[in-house]
Amino acid sequence: MKRSTIDLWVGLFVALGIAAVVFMSLKVANLTPQSADQTYTLYADFDNIGGLKVKAPIKEAGVVVGRVGAIQLDTKTYRARVTLNLDKQYTFSRDASAEILTAGLLGEQYIGLLQGGDPDELKAGEHITLTSSALVLEQLIGKFMTSFSGGNTAKSTASAAQ
Amino acid sequence: MTELLLSPLRRLGHTTINAIWRLGFITRFLLAILRYSGQSLLRFNLTIREIYFAGVMSVIIVVVSGLFVGMVLGLQGYNTLSRFGSADALGALVALSLLRELGPVLAALLFSSRAGSAMTAEIGLMKATEQLDAMSVMAVNPIARVVAPRFWAGVISMPILAAMFNVMGIFGGYLIGVVMIGLDSGTFWSQMQNNVDLHYDVVNGLIKSLCFGIAVTLIAVFEGYDATPTAAGVSAATTRTVVTSALVILAVDFVLTAFMF
Repeated sequence: MKRSTIDLWVGLFVALGIAAVVFMSLKVANLTPQSADQTYTLYADFDNIGGLKVKAPIKEAGVVVGRVGAIQLDTKTYRARVTLNLDKQYTFSRDASAEILTAGLLGEQYIGLLQGGDPDELKAGEHITLTSSALVLEQLIGKFMTSFSGGNTAKSTASAAQ
Repeated sequence: MTELLLSPLRRLGHTTINAIWRLGFITRFLLAILRYSGQSLLRFNLTIREIYFAGVMSVIIVVVSGLFVGMVLGLQGYNTLSRFGSADALGALVALSLLRELGPVLAALLFSSRAGSAMTAEIGLMKATEQLDAMSVMAVNPIARVVAPRFWAGVISMPILAAMFNVMGIFGGYLIGVVMIGLDSGTFWSQMQNNVDLHYDVVNGLIKSLCFGIAVTLIAVFEGYDATPTAAGVSAATTRTVVTSALVILAVDFVLTAFMF
């Protein structure tokens, strides 16, 4: 076989291989060159983040407006500090609130933002002060059980008093 | 009586020594290939020729198998996932199982039986017809001229073939999941994109296939070079290449998976 034909086929082979890798990076792994100038950062402190993970979506009214950048423990207050990378086109007011929600009953956890009414806007690097923690199922059941049994004892003491 | 007891022991000892000797020989063989790689890579058209025979000629089988594996994953995944009410995760299932395991492993198995066996047979036959000796007489190093280009061709081709296998598999999964069963195309891709990480899944899969490429091609060229120079010897060496490659691929895959994920 002629050398130039072999070169052509090998070139085509390598080009297809590169195309396959690019396809996997862009379309499958969704590598979007999301540089820092397209997002801005806010912080939010939570008492308990439950099963929140880095890269979890941040939603306002169900629309994804950003992703969780980092999760750290603040060693002074012992609360979880979550870094929120938000899209530059969305701004939030100073009294916006953040809560950790669960998609479905057992689905992945995400941060739900709720826009407030304050005319001032949060700037990059500021904190969202109004936060509510993740719903931990065990704690919820525990609370329910104690209040249930507490109600029972109250009832029984009341009947004993009668 | 003592002879009856001693002869199995002797056979065991012989097998062990032989295995260790071959392991040492294959290591020295790899070092020799690396040492003469410089010479052979200077004449890169030799390697390009081998990439054509090992890589380009394997594209059809890899692409067709990838398509079918992806379609099977789509069907089986849909059956199982829909039982748990999470058929939406089909895209993530297909992509993750292909990128992490099936793509590199199956492409390497196909490559070893399609190209590895051919390499062994070719080198073994060169040895049987004394072409390798003739080269040495002419002061041409057979490792630099014959073995190293084939080795590098295999190492270069393997990740490319694995990447093609992955893409075709994902396309097969898409065909079944979206076109045939009728899942939402947007959900299919977004589930995939949310769950696949570039470094963790894509790059690790490519590293895996590179390791398999090194292992499979080294075994193929070694078995050919080491073959008994007879017709029966070459045929036995070709069989050994396919069997050993398959075992080594699966063993290396286990070790790499344990380290990576």
